[in-house]
Amino acid sequence: MNVKDSLELYIHIPFCVKKCAYCDFLSFPAEEADRLRYTEALKREITARAEEAGDRRVTSIFFGGGTPTVLPAEELVRILTLVKEYYQVEEDAEITLEANPGTVSEAGFVKLRRGGFNRLSFGLQSTRAAELALLGRIHSYGDFLEALDGAKKAGFVNISADLMFALPGQDRRSFAESLQRVGALELTHISAYSLILEEGTPLYARRDSLSFPSEEEYAGMYEDCAAILSAYGFSRYEISNYEKEGFACRHNTGYWTGIPYLGLGLGASSYTGDCRFRNTRSMAAYLERAAKPALLKEDVQLLTEEDAMSEYMILGLRLAEGVSITEFARRFGREFDEIFGAAAERYLRTGFMERTKDRIRLTDKGFPVSNYILADFMP
Amino acid sequence: MSEIKKDHIRNFCIIAHIDHGKSTLADRIIEMTGLLTTREMQDQVLDNMDLERERGITIKAQAVRSIYRAKNGEEYILNMIDTPGHVDFNYEVSRSLAACDGAVLVVDAAQGIEAQTLANVYLALDHDLEVFPVINKIDLPSAEPERVIAEIEDVIGIEAMDAPQISAKQGINIDQVLEAIVEKVPAPTGDEEAPLQALIFDSVYDSYKGVIVSCRVMNGRIRKGSKALFMATGAVEEVVEVGYFGPGQMIPCEELSAGMVGYITASIKNVANTRVGDTITLADRPASEPLPGYKKVNPMVYCGIFPADGSKYGDLRDALEKLQLNDASLFYEPETSVALGFGFRCGFLGLLHLEIIQERLEREYDLDLVTTAPSVVYKIYKTDGTCMELTNPTNMPDPSEIEYMEEPVVKAEIMVTREFVGSIMQLCEERRGQYLGMEYMEQTRAMLKYILPLNEIIYDFFDALKSRSRGYASFDYELEGYQRSPLVKLDILVNREEVDALSFIVFEGSAYERGRKMCEKLKEEIPRQLFEIPIQAAIGSRIIARETVKALRKDVLAKCYGGDITRKKKLLEKQKEGKKRMRQVGNVEIPQKAFMSVLKLDSQ
Repeated sequence: MNVKDSLELYIHIPFCVKKCAYCDFLSFPAEEADRLRYTEALKREITARAEEAGDRRVTSIFFGGGTPTVLPAEELVRILTLVKEYYQVEEDAEITLEANPGTVSEAGFVKLRRGGFNRLSFGLQSTRAAELALLGRIHSYGDFLEALDGAKKAGFVNISADLMFALPGQDRRSFAESLQRVGALELTHISAYSLILEEGTPLYARRDSLSFPSEEEYAGMYEDCAAILSAYGFSRYEISNYEKEGFACRHNTGYWTGIPYLGLGLGASSYTGDCRFRNTRSMAAYLERAAKPALLKEDVQLLTEEDAMSEYMILGLRLAEGVSITEFARRFGREFDEIFGAAAERYLRTGFMERTKDRIRLTDKGFPVSNYILADFMP
Repeated sequence: MSEIKKDHIRNFCIIAHIDHGKSTLADRIIEMTGLLTTREMQDQVLDNMDLERERGITIKAQAVRSIYRAKNGEEYILNMIDTPGHVDFNYEVSRSLAACDGAVLVVDAAQGIEAQTLANVYLALDHDLEVFPVINKIDLPSAEPERVIAEIEDVIGIEAMDAPQISAKQGINIDQVLEAIVEKVPAPTGDEEAPLQALIFDSVYDSYKGVIVSCRVMNGRIRKGSKALFMATGAVEEVVEVGYFGPGQMIPCEELSAGMVGYITASIKNVANTRVGDTITLADRPASEPLPGYKKVNPMVYCGIFPADGSKYGDLRDALEKLQLNDASLFYEPETSVALGFGFRCGFLGLLHLEIIQERLEREYDLDLVTTAPSVVYKIYKTDGTCMELTNPTNMPDPSEIEYMEEPVVKAEIMVTREFVGSIMQLCEERRGQYLGMEYMEQTRAMLKYILPLNEIIYDFFDALKSRSRGYASFDYELEGYQRSPLVKLDILVNREEVDALSFIVFEGSAYERGRKMCEKLKEEIPRQLFEIPIQAAIGSRIIARETVKALRKDVLAKCYGGDITRKKKLLEKQKEGKKRMRQVGNVEIPQKAFMSVLKLDSQ
């Protein structure tokens, strides 16, 4: 199927039980009545934006947050059912739900599975109690194991867990332990991100009293992700993501390969193929205008050909397989070397990138310093 | 037409230490005096003035003429001649003083005499000016006029008992100053009928009028249509207009005659033809001699100026060309650097002059610049018997060709309160100063005299002086000459490649220390890159210091939530912007400000 014929949907649930100490994303605890008002508005947006999708086939749907599972399973299923009613969702579409341990019962998982969700992404972050406490997570490692068990019993096979590294107090050994533990579980997918201290978060405010791993340790932890997880059958397919064969997250891969997506819900980002924009971040405005999506749009950026070429590189290079040089020429009608040959050359020469007949990609040496490299592919 | 009587003209200047109230007093004098004599009022001059106003010409006057009706009932023409305040412009100061017959010395009633006060007074006395003091800021609670009067008499040795005690700010006793000017400044002398001799003390370029030359006529007369001969340059130009500066406007008049101060315009394109200090005479009846004292001003400090964006080279050249029209002492010639590309080697009167030009280029011409470390002019005596002047360290010959080198030295006077004498002496020793002596001005303050190499004071001497005296020291210097010194060229290698724009000349005994500090500083300035970067300081092939910028091992690996690509792109854009502000030298990206790090090596 052509890239432009497919479409992904992202559905944002901006609620959580309690805001984590490192989180600066659009999410907050809320009363049930507020949640209800929101999901009603969300449904209005879902129906109103169906025409934007046209006859494009929806290949993946991702419910993210926040913690989408603060909503009752029935409500989540209702939203998904509505989506399927208004959009042409492929039979085998990947339908992911972000879930936090301790927020879904076994019965809940059964309802979700039956309701059409076929992939779970657990926000685990760490297997160590001290680290979980520091991050302000509401669950223990035990809670996670229990939830995982429930999910499996309910029939979920495609399950991912998120881990974080470069945490205060963490060292290479303690992180390796988390990797080993999680690697040994029957998961199909693991994401491992480093902690980013964002201004305005409680953790940021405490930063001076915390001791963070050195750069050496950080680099070591990143190396360990690929090395340790490979022993459990995972391979790195994206800069921070690891799959068991065939289980790469289709939705996220879509982001990196330029598949258009509609972001539904408060503050959600959309990409039409030649334009990026996002919905308002104001809840009041969202509730009022959800039925008129044109009025929700903010931060609209029309992409020039130059932007598009740059995005093709900076997004595509996140994937282990990198980008296709022939595809570049096909898509933009310009030779790759003419546009980016010089930028790539110094990294190819120094082993941060490598090139085969058709593809160019970051090497294991290049991944940890990808921002530095990718900046040279910006317009 | 009215003939102005010479004995009713007073040509004077105001001299003061910075902040002692010179410009406030000047403003008060202008406020309290008139623009025109009663007689001139009745003439048609006003029409001309309106015309000037319509054309919108405003020139910052170096000399303002005003009319004062004195208590004796007579009207006097007061020509107040401005003097640049800074030591960099010493030569201009000295030419301005030569145009005056007297000087008002303003002394702060609280602070008393400062180093610059003395330097200015001596300069004025050198020009045989009548100097009389005025005690300013008597309204301050900390004012001690009696003490300051005693200080002036003791230290300078001029009569100060009757000095007007004023507050320029509050407008107190300004009339006493005006009366003193009439009484104490001698009327000009000179012969109107002798061949013309007029001293140029300022010239500026105006896009409408061409070059406007401020001058003091010593002998003879000059009028519209005269053929003016500029004696030093040999240029001959027909005078288009003569006149004088009223506050805020140019007022044309019939002629300027002996004793008068005013301006002339001729369609001269370049101020370089009308050098400050030169004498104007008439081509058809030239004076036999120019007035004494003209000298060509040579730049004392050189540095490389490069456009941050290489494509702006043409803009930089145009901007320098325009600035030079108004500032003949600015020198520039093209320079090419391996690290910085195409730019200019520029010469300045001093560091302040350098800063002013740099700031004007950046502000008025909207240029983003990279400036290399300033260098003084060294004399290199070569083994083949020749001598070369070195203004750019890059051009230093191989040491085997050098017999010996000389560097410029200055005579410095530093005024400091007693408690800081020790630390300032230490500073001067560190900067290779030769102690000449110390005089106590009074119980608490001393004047230190040193011979200091110019290259030790052009970087951060002034800052160091201020920080080691909690801001109390003041400083003045004049060029003394050249002295033989063991000097070496220090090269900086980044990733084993010599970066030409970072080389500098240094006293051999300080080379190790400077090299080490330079490497440390560059280590801070150069961001980590994907490989290890050695930074080395070398004299010839000998490495004397080394630091290493470690390789970058990681970037942050953030989650890309819900397809928010824009956030990611903003991060990369920022990174790219950072890279743009760097210069690629070999494989290494060096931030532009690193090229100026040599300026800030004093760790104190």
